[in-house]
Amino acid sequence: MSHSFLRGAFLAGAALVAVSSQAMAADATLTIESWRNDDLKVWQDTIIPAFEKTHPGIKVVFSPTAPTEYNAALNAKLEGGTAGDLISCRPFDTSLALFQKGYLAPVTDLKGMDTFSDVAKSAWITDDGKSLFCVPMASVIHGFLYNKSVFESEGLTPPKTEAEFYALLDKIKAKGEVAPLDIGTKDQWEAATMGFQNIGPNLWKGEEGRKALIAGKEKFTDKPYVEAFEELAKWKPYLPEGYEAQAYPDSQNLFTLGRAAIYPAGSWDIAAFNAQADFKMGAFPPPVEKAGDKCYISDHTDIALGMNTKTKNPEAAKAFLEWLATPEFADIYSNALPGFYSLSNHPVTVKDPVAAEFLGWRKTCESTIRNSYQILGRGTPNLENELWNVSAQVMNGTLTAQQAAEQIQKGLDSWYKPAAK
Amino acid sequence: MAANRSPRASTAIVHAVLLVYTVIALFPIVLVLFNAFKSRKAIFSQPLAPPGPDTFSLIGFDTVLTRSDFGLYFGNSLTVTLATLFLVVFLGAMAAWALSEYSFKGNAVLALYLAVGIMIPIRLGTVSILRLIVSLDLINTLAALILVYTAMGLPLSIFILSEFMRQIPKELKDSARCDGVGEYRIFYRIILPLVRPALATVAVFTMVPIWNDLWFPLILAPGDGTRTITLGVQQFVGQYVTDWNAVLASLTLAIIPVLVLYAFFSRQLIAGLTQGAVKG
Amino acid sequence: MASTQTAELPRAQIAGRRGRFPWHVVVFLAPATLIYTVFMVYPLLDSLRLSLFTRDEAGVESFAGLANYAALFFDPQWSDRFWNALGNNVLFFAVHMLVQNPIAIGLAALLALPNLRFTNTYRTLMFTPTLLSVVIIGFIWKLILSPTWGVAKSMLGTVGLGSLFAPWLGQEHSALITLALVSVWQWVGMPLLLTYAALLNIPDSLTEAARVDGAGQMTIFWRIKLPLIWPTIGMVTILTFVGNFNAFDLIYVAQGALAGPNFATDILGTFFYRTFFGFQLQLGDPTMGAAVATIMFLIILAGVMTYFYLVQRRLQRYEL
Repeated sequence: MSHSFLRGAFLAGAALVAVSSQAMAADATLTIESWRNDDLKVWQDTIIPAFEKTHPGIKVVFSPTAPTEYNAALNAKLEGGTAGDLISCRPFDTSLALFQKGYLAPVTDLKGMDTFSDVAKSAWITDDGKSLFCVPMASVIHGFLYNKSVFESEGLTPPKTEAEFYALLDKIKAKGEVAPLDIGTKDQWEAATMGFQNIGPNLWKGEEGRKALIAGKEKFTDKPYVEAFEELAKWKPYLPEGYEAQAYPDSQNLFTLGRAAIYPAGSWDIAAFNAQADFKMGAFPPPVEKAGDKCYISDHTDIALGMNTKTKNPEAAKAFLEWLATPEFADIYSNALPGFYSLSNHPVTVKDPVAAEFLGWRKTCESTIRNSYQILGRGTPNLENELWNVSAQVMNGTLTAQQAAEQIQKGLDSWYKPAAK
Repeated sequence: MAANRSPRASTAIVHAVLLVYTVIALFPIVLVLFNAFKSRKAIFSQPLAPPGPDTFSLIGFDTVLTRSDFGLYFGNSLTVTLATLFLVVFLGAMAAWALSEYSFKGNAVLALYLAVGIMIPIRLGTVSILRLIVSLDLINTLAALILVYTAMGLPLSIFILSEFMRQIPKELKDSARCDGVGEYRIFYRIILPLVRPALATVAVFTMVPIWNDLWFPLILAPGDGTRTITLGVQQFVGQYVTDWNAVLASLTLAIIPVLVLYAFFSRQLIAGLTQGAVKG
Repeated sequence: MASTQTAELPRAQIAGRRGRFPWHVVVFLAPATLIYTVFMVYPLLDSLRLSLFTRDEAGVESFAGLANYAALFFDPQWSDRFWNALGNNVLFFAVHMLVQNPIAIGLAALLALPNLRFTNTYRTLMFTPTLLSVVIIGFIWKLILSPTWGVAKSMLGTVGLGSLFAPWLGQEHSALITLALVSVWQWVGMPLLLTYAALLNIPDSLTEAARVDGAGQMTIFWRIKLPLIWPTIGMVTILTFVGNFNAFDLIYVAQGALAGPNFATDILGTFFYRTFFGFQLQLGDPTMGAAVATIMFLIILAGVMTYFYLVQRRLQRYEL
């Protein structure tokens, strides 16, 4: 009699297993892994419906994770075989590593891959240039956003040189109404990305410096890089009160609530700010050292989409990836998410004025990508993570610029031996 | 010295201390509940004020309920918790019965083997658990969580239940045996019903940690369909981290059911905990 | 540990009827033992085994002896973080021992005073934080301590201490202690309940006798009640120890897996998670993760065995 009880329990257990691992219904459903949690609403309301309209039978779910957790969570899911069908790819080394481990499928032969330039593809292609493993989506540009109302009420104009920049900050600080510069160090990555990699290119001359680092001709302990850290240290007095515990969403909130004047930005923030701020925004590129210097901007091939080799819907996934190469997608993406600039060759008119302004800097300044992503990001300790750590500490004042530079170079030297070219 | 003070004053002091601590214990929760029902501007400008007629807003709840599947997450948590509880009680009672009633070679060793699990945190085996679950093709299923949590809950359950079963009078069992009742029947018909008082203890020690656990859902079942409420809140907050209305609303949705159940069952819950403590 | 009292049954009865093999014993024991062994014991042992291997870039695992441990203890690339995490964990535990348990015992002592009203209400309300998930608690306190929201600052301001406010979660010297105090705030309920229950179990006859002799409540507590509840305090200590050295959720929710600022809040749990899963652009390393887990296991085991050794030797349970 207790046998039947046991049998019943066993059947219930088996049923539970069956129910919970039941396959999807008739429609193919694609899940997209991404770190763009801020874009969730736009994907759900604009981008996905556009795709589903022209591709009946395929449903798409956009499933972002917080940016600081994305890579760890993704790696865990890939190891466990539970990652989504389409995976947002970070540029260069990280995604290359995933491809080498067999998690990403090659997409070289998909339709429309020739609409991407070599520069666009360079972030997601193997060293020999033969296998493309993610379809490029967009690049982002770094600069500074500012609250136009605050500037107008104080009669301020966007600065061009460093001297003008600090004079501006001093004026705003003296008035004492809003925080001059809005960036926090709790999440650490902003200090490196919107700090170091934003103002740095002007100092190390963009691609020149980056390529010299890779060739081993320059070191982080050289003058331009130490100066970049010194710049960050100079920001300390202008940061909001309690900035050490200010996380990324706090910075975003502070700016959109009108409690800060200037926000060191990546262009991806434009879309979110448009929705939340009730004032007009303006933008200016990172100030140059002296008037008349050549300017450099960080114009970073930022995001692409790849296919999980273990996807259960390869055909549907490929259809979506091919849609990414169409002019329709380029137009929707660049305009629904201003600040993301489509990497395809299709001409796109960016309607948002601030996003268009960022884009305009490509004409007057030299572009470069962040120097920790290509080749230099392949070892342990990871250069990007280390830059986060020391940039945050420099802004906190717990590490000097020289110490920061030395720590970075030491970590790099422990594994990186530039090939003698 | 206390005898010198008037009893009134010292009682007042005692109550003051207890009251202060109660406020400390409750205010963060109350703060979240207040602000979940306010508009975004009001949250930032008057954080400490309760929602008033012009600051009241349900926009956070709207976002949470339309953009994510909190109902599903609750269902998942409920399924996992109840299924684990069933297994832990039933299988645990069986094992406890065998250990406490029958003497056989290795009884003491087996009891010790099973009891060791009470103290050793199962998380430390995560690397291998993940590989095991993947190889059994149970990744991203509720079944994986149920099995792992059952393994986690069995040692304490067996320990508590076997203590309890030892108290059952010998005459009850012997007379049943004299009547020719089989061992299984004795267990099912006589022993199990007698064990019910210990269920509160086992339930509390099993259910509360499982309901609140973040680690295993994060690692074994992070997929959309299998998220538990704790993981769901964590992911949701990660996705909507700039949207304070939504964040506070999601925290509220996670808190309120627990508080409601607690209000109803606090007596049994606390009784279960204290019983277990005194025995252990 | 309870002694195992085996029932005195003649062999015939154990064997069921007429001396057949006692299948029913096996049936009763098998499911639980099986699940326990497969999903708890085997993974722990396998993790131990895994910690003796390394994995190269292509994913091939090879035996490496104690190389992982040597790296954790001595190779600066790993050992800096490891010793930092271990030290932080000890500090985390110390804060709990010094703050959580005295507060809990103190509150329990107050609640256990004779003729006190509303004790049930107090007890129920004070236990509420313990009931909620660490994730929820972590988020709530992160919001409260956030300088952007300003709640903590204005609350301190109402008692005139506004200038004391600082971004504690963002400063290296205060972040860990702040989080430890948040954890204490959440978990006080447990030792509170356990101590309270133990105090209630003390027979009135003992305390009455002392009161009649003229002893005040304080004396009664220190001289009579406290010594009688040492076993409970001992159990609370070991539970706190195991919980603290296994902690992860709070730091993960409040500071992220990087446990900033500059690893100031990194404890063994977060170190384990990061090593095992990787972080941001750094890929995970399962074999090294297994080594970290094994060390955590040994630390906890050492604590537990010390506790049982002391319990066996020194403490006596009074017959109550």
